[in-house]
Amino acid sequence: MAWTRKFLRVNLTDGTIKTEALNMDWAREYLGQRGLATRYFVAEVDPKVDALGPDNKLIMTTGPLTGTMASTGGRYSVVTKSPLTGAIACSNSGGFIGAEMKNAGWDMIIFEGKAPSPVYLYVENDHAELVPADDLWGKSVWATDELLHQKYQDPQLRICCVGRSAEAGCLYSAIVNDLHRAAGRSGVGTVMASKNLKAVAVRGTKGVGNIKDPIRFMKTVAEQKKVLADNAVTGAGLPKYGTQVLMNVINEMGALPTRNMREVKFEGAHAVSGEAMHEPRKSDGKPNLTRNAGCFGCTIACGRISTIDRGHFSVETKPEYWGNSGGLEYEAAWALGPDTGVDDLNALTYVNFLCNEDGMDPISYGATVAAAMELYEMGVITQEDTGGIELKFGSAQALVAVTELTAKGEGFGKILGLGSKRMCEKYGHPELSMTVKGQEFPAYDPRGIQGMGLTYATSNRGACHLRSYTVSSEVLGIPFKTDPLATEGKPELVIAFQDATAAVDSSGLCIFTTFAWSLENIAPQIDAACEGDWSVEKCAELGARVWNLERDFNMRAGLTSADDTLPPRLLKDGANTGPAQGKVAGLAEMLPKYYELRGWTTEGQLTPETRARYGLPS
Amino acid sequence: MNITLKLYANLSYLLPVHAKHNAVQVDLLEPISIHHLIDLYHVPREQAHLVLVNGVFINPEERDQVDRLKQGDVIAIWPPVAGG
Ligand code: SF4
Repeated sequence: MAWTRKFLRVNLTDGTIKTEALNMDWAREYLGQRGLATRYFVAEVDPKVDALGPDNKLIMTTGPLTGTMASTGGRYSVVTKSPLTGAIACSNSGGFIGAEMKNAGWDMIIFEGKAPSPVYLYVENDHAELVPADDLWGKSVWATDELLHQKYQDPQLRICCVGRSAEAGCLYSAIVNDLHRAAGRSGVGTVMASKNLKAVAVRGTKGVGNIKDPIRFMKTVAEQKKVLADNAVTGAGLPKYGTQVLMNVINEMGALPTRNMREVKFEGAHAVSGEAMHEPRKSDGKPNLTRNAGCFGCTIACGRISTIDRGHFSVETKPEYWGNSGGLEYEAAWALGPDTGVDDLNALTYVNFLCNEDGMDPISYGATVAAAMELYEMGVITQEDTGGIELKFGSAQALVAVTELTAKGEGFGKILGLGSKRMCEKYGHPELSMTVKGQEFPAYDPRGIQGMGLTYATSNRGACHLRSYTVSSEVLGIPFKTDPLATEGKPELVIAFQDATAAVDSSGLCIFTTFAWSLENIAPQIDAACEGDWSVEKCAELGARVWNLERDFNMRAGLTSADDTLPPRLLKDGANTGPAQGKVAGLAEMLPKYYELRGWTTEGQLTPETRARYGLPS
Repeated sequence: MNITLKLYANLSYLLPVHAKHNAVQVDLLEPISIHHLIDLYHVPREQAHLVLVNGVFINPEERDQVDRLKQGDVIAIWPPVAGG
């Protein structure tokens, strides 16, 4: 089992909360978290719904291994329709709130409707109530967290909430939990704020039971923890350098998108890399990185806890930012750094703090600033638009200034809050938006890592690396090395990664385990915990089922195969240097094969046979 | 023959103290293999997981070839790492 077998349904419009039994037929097909919540979502929500209207729903969901003793078993996801992409959104976060929700006895919370005035949900085991949040509205994530902790006088209370950016309608706002973990992508925070839901505070003391075979589960979990500990990546590399170890790797291979993806190498990469975060500063002799940190039950602990140099211009008069807080991860460091041309580690750390403090997805945010900088250098955006800010590539001052505005939804920050696609359209240059389905790219140039081009183009939530991280194979050789410049074999590779990822995202475990684990290591843990037969094959099939279900929702929402594409810059302009010099993203060579292997029509629609194969609703 | 050697992540400590940005210039009197070069810098061969010459991955089989490194090449080496 491992499911609690019940969930909360919170109707924000009329303020009612109901307990419902989990549909176990669906749980046996979709497992939990991303898969199961998507099954509920497609059953209950019209794909054409206005993402920011009351008829959209928002589901916070755990997996069957969330809250158990399995390593990294602390994940939860938020499923909703995205206001940024118009596609289905599923954003995954670690920290502690997922495990707390499970410990309180709930597999999921479904939010529907819209509260007439700001509220938050308070859950303490079986007790759940909506509480007025007028005093919290207008407050940052960090202030909200502190006020709720003060109110309940319980340091163990786990909180997720939205910040001022979401309240102001920024389309890529995140739901931040435990101060610096976030369901970051696709604007799930914007949806939460549109429902007048400020926060969810949870305390659970019941423990997680219902394990199918507890002895086998404990044994398997212990064996698999040893695999993580003995692996050079999960046992040593990630704890020491975090994901930021990639900055120099991707730069060296000429696949580091620079200055709104005009270039593929950044001269300042070293200064903002994982290695640089370990180097002592001249001013106080301390490195940027204080220590690593782990989410609930994680034996990898890739998280970064950092400080900013107190003498740095961004914080010299702001002692509230002098302490330790969530530091840079690779994707954030790239978007805020190389993509904007800024090589100032302190500035990037400060901007990252602000993204956490007010709940902005740093990938979408940094990429939007990068597009704005290009428009500024072209003279399309002027100082009149920016309120006097010289928004040039490479300017740490400008980056800091516009971040302070966007976090609060003020001035030019309102324009940046539109995201790159809408902003570039507004200024008459849609071709300069580095997005797919309206969502900004992460940190890999698909001209130098071809599988990522197909990954971005076909991702069900818009451009994203976490839908099929073929970088593992194409760059790092996990589980086997493939040529990053080749398109051959990539459709198969992308599908395998997409399906395995969807399975992991449905379990409650973290995708970073897959640098050491494959489904061969994961399936036995699920199988020992959950009723039914969870073989490797069944887990891969589960992943494919989830992928097709998400795709089907998107097609019904009005997306078409024309949305499975990349910006012209990547399809027409060759990379400016490095091994991929002169090469473009070979999407046309991969996409038809991908559709065929997926069992879709040439228009990218599910065929009746594919629907039947996975037992999808018609 | 001059090349640039870069050692990253947990291999950084094997660089001489004057190394900057994880890089050091190496003057080679005669062509040597990649394995020979990394032995000179005491990089355990099993730790040289990701080896890039001018950004291109070098398969383990090619690391014994004496003519693999050319004047002006940049060779960058990592232990097993990953992120995302
Ligand atoms: S690997 Fe990192 S992100 Fe994943 S659960 Fe552990 S600390 Fe959290």
